[in-house]
Amino acid sequence: MTPDLMEEGSAILNKAKGLPVSGSESGGREASYGRVVTDPDQLDVAHGSILYLDDISVSFDGFKALNKLCLNIAVGEMRCIIGPNGAGKTTMMDVITGKTRPDAGSAYFGSTIDLLAKRENEIAQIGIGRKFQKPTVFEHLTVFENLELSLKADRRARASVFFKLSGEQLDRIGAMLQLIHLKDQAQRTAGLLSHGQKQWLEIGMLLMQDPKLLLLDEPVAGMTDEETERTAELFLSLEGAHSLVVVEHDMKFIGELTTQGVNAARKKVTVLHEGSVLAEGTLADVQANDKVVEVYLGR
Amino acid sequence: MSVVTVPRSVLGTKGWTALMAAVITVLVLAPVLNLLVPAGSAFHLSDYAVALIGKIMCYAICALAMDLIWGYTGILSLGHGLFFALGGYGMGMYLMRQIGRDGSYKSDLPDFMVFLDWKEVPWHWTFSESFIAQMILVVLVPGLLAFIFGFFAFRSRIKGVYFSIITQAMTFAAMLLFFRNETGFGGNNGFTDFKRILDIPIAQPSTRMVLFVLTGMTLIGFYLMARWLVNTKFGRVLQAIRDAENRVMFCGYNPLAYKLAIWTLSAVMCAIAGALYVPQVGIINPSEMSAASGIEIAIWAAVGGRATLIGPIIGAFFVNGAKSWFTQAFPEFWLYFLGLLFILVTLFLPDGIVGGVKRLFNKKAEVKA
Repeated sequence: MTPDLMEEGSAILNKAKGLPVSGSESGGREASYGRVVTDPDQLDVAHGSILYLDDISVSFDGFKALNKLCLNIAVGEMRCIIGPNGAGKTTMMDVITGKTRPDAGSAYFGSTIDLLAKRENEIAQIGIGRKFQKPTVFEHLTVFENLELSLKADRRARASVFFKLSGEQLDRIGAMLQLIHLKDQAQRTAGLLSHGQKQWLEIGMLLMQDPKLLLLDEPVAGMTDEETERTAELFLSLEGAHSLVVVEHDMKFIGELTTQGVNAARKKVTVLHEGSVLAEGTLADVQANDKVVEVYLGR
Repeated sequence: MSVVTVPRSVLGTKGWTALMAAVITVLVLAPVLNLLVPAGSAFHLSDYAVALIGKIMCYAICALAMDLIWGYTGILSLGHGLFFALGGYGMGMYLMRQIGRDGSYKSDLPDFMVFLDWKEVPWHWTFSESFIAQMILVVLVPGLLAFIFGFFAFRSRIKGVYFSIITQAMTFAAMLLFFRNETGFGGNNGFTDFKRILDIPIAQPSTRMVLFVLTGMTLIGFYLMARWLVNTKFGRVLQAIRDAENRVMFCGYNPLAYKLAIWTLSAVMCAIAGALYVPQVGIINPSEMSAASGIEIAIWAAVGGRATLIGPIIGAFFVNGAKSWFTQAFPEFWLYFLGLLFILVTLFLPDGIVGGVKRLFNKKAEVKA
């Protein structure tokens, strides 16, 4: 079935169940507070949360990939998510970025933007960037061109025909090349980069979009120890200005992320298991949690 | 701070030189050698050669259009034969009306309509007497069809081999429709026996030469346009769609608009090629919509080298040149040769002729270094 049909179907289903049809926002609240959010795509983080998932369920042919998943990410937070294979980590990212429509539940970006009513490209434009598990870059374009395409600019086709890089944008790309250590490779075809370099390029492409929330699916897979360390440094430097959700298996990397930076040792780690949250707390807390130990060690 | 700059001009110095050479060949050399040099001279360009090259240039436009959609955007269309034929039929309708009362039945109506005992031209022939209106239709009808078809196909995210199959199915359905006499396009005989274009006899050498020059300039113009387009950010988004469409979406682009734009442009290019083809070849019938003709366009592009723009043009000349020589020298073996060619290219020249030449030059450069 095509995604469109699925989308349509889920809308009809929601209607039948008497759920509010996604897209119809209540408009009464703003007036009483005297603050009007005119642009419906304007991110409203007055309540301190940038991402809010509630009771999300997704099933594929009877298999429950996500089972009433709830998650709340605060503005500027760095949240690490761990979990065994098949826990639903990637499916969760698919739901947030619009790739998969959940069977039930709701997902909000800020407190006003309903993510389930939007398409992938719209979600990317309002400020959610996603790095795939397998590094996904434009293999036949150069590193420079990869970054240029990701640059925040008018995304419409006609605008792209007449697009010209401004000096300021060129500087931004230059700075990004520096940051991701690919300055010497700028004119190289992206397909020729090493696995770790591709990961860096993809992270760079995300940052070029200047997203408010970054979803990073196993960002250090295939990286050398040195590259991993540099990645941790980079993410720590983004914390605060951006919100980050990092899915990772590498516990050493998670340890580095959670024990350093602004909120050192108070950062939350979420453990997913069979599509829902098993435990949430500081790294030390979850590591001491009996249920987590059971799931991971099979006792 | 030092920043990387990217020089992006449409063509390099060598490219412009080659382009000027091509323009001079088409505009000056070919007409002089054909019309002014006497027939006995070794330098004379025969009428046969003019017709053949003119025809191949039309094919080259199709190959170029195919490269934009397949080579750059990664969408293999097997329906480009349809757009080519629609353009051809659009021109053919006008040429049929230009026959006037010189047909076998000495009627105002085209012969096949008299044969069907029709008393007046059907509604879709309303504009066929006006050259300008008919030329607008040549662009409009295939363009609109491509747009509508593309909109639904791309919106439903039909990709890869599924897309190829439905383009083929669409072409097949159109072929069946055009085969019917009642459709009003001359059934399986199509249109032929053209006499005049713009009231000028179509068979005389000067008319043929004008058509030849027009086709050549169209090909060169389209090539420049395509070169410019793939060097814009729009063109790079197309290549990004080919490499990783998911990433394009998660970068915030809606691929629908991009795919639809290039798909429609590509279809219109084919239609214009078809309109130039018909007066030069003198016939259009539903066989232009057969599955084979759509696949052949893809073969030209693959043989020449995808995503190079010049490659598909070279491929169209190479394959069709070989075809016209083979079908004279060894008529039975042409299809075997075509199959063999396709296998060899796939095995040894995955990037086509242009890719192979580039590799050769790179190796030489390495040896020198």
